[in-house]
Amino acid sequence: MSDSQNNQPGLDPEVTEKLEQQTSELAESVNAGDYAKAMSIINELSDVRDQSLYQEVGRLTRSLHEAIRNFQIDPRSAEQQEALSKMSDASDRLNYVVEMTNQAANRTMDLVEESMPLAHTMRDEAIELRDEWQRLRRREMAPAEFRELYGRIDRFFVSMTADSDVLYRSLSEILLAQDFQDLTGQVIQKVTGLVKEVEENLLSLVVMAGHVDQLTGTIHDIEEKEESAEKGVGPQVKAEEREDVVSGQDDVDDLLSSLGF
Amino acid sequence: MKILIVDDFSTMRRIVKNLLRDLGFTNTDEADDGNTALPMLKSGKYDFLVTDWNMPGMSGFDLLKAVRADEQLKDLPILMVTAEAKRDQIIAAAQAGVNGYVVKPFTAATLKEKIEKIFDRIH
Repeated sequence: MSDSQNNQPGLDPEVTEKLEQQTSELAESVNAGDYAKAMSIINELSDVRDQSLYQEVGRLTRSLHEAIRNFQIDPRSAEQQEALSKMSDASDRLNYVVEMTNQAANRTMDLVEESMPLAHTMRDEAIELRDEWQRLRRREMAPAEFRELYGRIDRFFVSMTADSDVLYRSLSEILLAQDFQDLTGQVIQKVTGLVKEVEENLLSLVVMAGHVDQLTGTIHDIEEKEESAEKGVGPQVKAEEREDVVSGQDDVDDLLSSLGF
Repeated sequence: MKILIVDDFSTMRRIVKNLLRDLGFTNTDEADDGNTALPMLKSGKYDFLVTDWNMPGMSGFDLLKAVRADEQLKDLPILMVTAEAKRDQIIAAAQAGVNGYVVKPFTAATLKEKIEKIFDRIH
């Protein structure tokens, strides 16, 4: 506490001058044996301290109010109500992003699940036809079999044309399903802007509050809240900058094999 | 081979289900967290469990521990497919008895490799 007060910037020059003057007067009175005077000087000194403290707290309180006002979370005026709705709007926007990405992922998977069997059928039929074709080239095929193959190749061409049309349409629909990125990107950028603004205001608020705490000697008993690794913390955004996080599957494999797995 | 896929996101369950089907595993069920999964495991005679870590309700890590603590289920092979990437977490999962750990985002080849490795060890 005493350390932090020594570091306090901006004690009024008037106050410090008064302090110096009264301290020397105090020393003189004590030396002269005038204890009554000394006591009254000590009282004056503590008055000076209280006054400067009140002034400082008053100044900080005003700044604090200013910082809170910058947050625009006082819903009394219409303008501030709008700012408040900007906040709840942000969570609506993020919900919209979740909804959009969910839709796109499901639409894409629907189309992929429809397309995969077509690709499979095409492949299987092509393999069988190739084997038959090889038999024909090796002259191992009876005329009746050849007539059968003839018709089969015909049907294959027809179904391949139709199926590749379907595949092509699915692929272009998958392409279109990615249009969410444009919309969600814009929404996320807006929300990021808002978060940044809030972050800056919050920071100055914290600095102010820290000042007030220092002056009044308030110590908060704040428990460190750590993310529960057991519960799961989700994806690591800046994995490459961190030592305690793996950077990919190779890292995981190395770690596990170093443990004897 | 009956497999239970546990993930809170339906899209991720669907991706894993599709990849497993491509690997020839067609008998799969889904659950959205440990609380739903555990009773299914107890009554369902599953041969393999694929689980996410971070889920509301009961996490995949708690599910792993619950399975290992259960006399009937304790030998069930478990593959974790998760975005959890802290070294401590991976070590904790290994110590709790996970059989494989795939970190998201992952490829079909990685999933295939890990599953095959697990089955190689068992047989």
